[in-house]
Amino acid sequence: MTYTQLGVLAVILVVMFDLWAARTRLVTRRLFWVAYAIIVFFQLITNGMFTGFGIVRYSGDAIIGESSPAAGPPAFIGDGRLAFAPVEDLLFGFALVLLSLCCWIWLGCRGLQRTPLAGPPIWRRTTPPPSPFAPFDGTNGKIPPDSNNI
Amino acid sequence: MDLGRWSYVAVLGFVLIGCLWLEFALRTRVLVRTRRLLASMVIPVLVFYSWDVYAVASGHWTFDPGRILGIHLPGAVPIDEVLFFLVIPLASILTLEAVRSVRGWKAGDEP
Repeated sequence: MTYTQLGVLAVILVVMFDLWAARTRLVTRRLFWVAYAIIVFFQLITNGMFTGFGIVRYSGDAIIGESSPAAGPPAFIGDGRLAFAPVEDLLFGFALVLLSLCCWIWLGCRGLQRTPLAGPPIWRRTTPPPSPFAPFDGTNGKIPPDSNNI
Repeated sequence: MDLGRWSYVAVLGFVLIGCLWLEFALRTRVLVRTRRLLASMVIPVLVFYSWDVYAVASGHWTFDPGRILGIHLPGAVPIDEVLFFLVIPLASILTLEAVRSVRGWKAGDEP
């Protein structure tokens, strides 16, 4: 099979895993798609580094576009490429990301370290817990009603 | 030491710089749930390692020997690739939990 065919097959299989095997149903959740939008932006940058610097080269027999050139970067966009990387990498990346997130959520549903839950961000104040010093004076932080008799 | 051989790993370092701060700034609490994190990586590593073995054997992709560490695992998979299959799930999970931390949307695993 070509990389193109494997990429399509992997996406189909992982989505099926999400919907019907693990039943995590992440592809139906807004949380997943917003996270994926952030991930795919950074994927284009890092994949662009892998392929633009020639760390990884692709064979034209396996992808829609031509083989990576022997010297210099491939097309930035066009010839089946996006940010130097074959568009097939988007399928590969989607499958890897969704499978990883499915496993994470599935294990959480199974009760493996479900907590502590994420958040809140450090800039968001939480309601302060009851003061640990309150019991010491026995007043719970309130002035006792008979205090002016002393 | 030939610094060029660290090129692949340097890209992974870029990914880690881009995402590890979320654990502290957004309190994603992914790294502290270590067992769940490591267990989450088992299936992705197995599946994508196998894919890598097939792709390398079929010539779908090749690695510049001057830009990877040069250590290969069974199936002619560079060790750099295995690190990739660990770093990307970590980055993905951190991102998901970061969005959950900020927006509070449900993922389906809430108690």
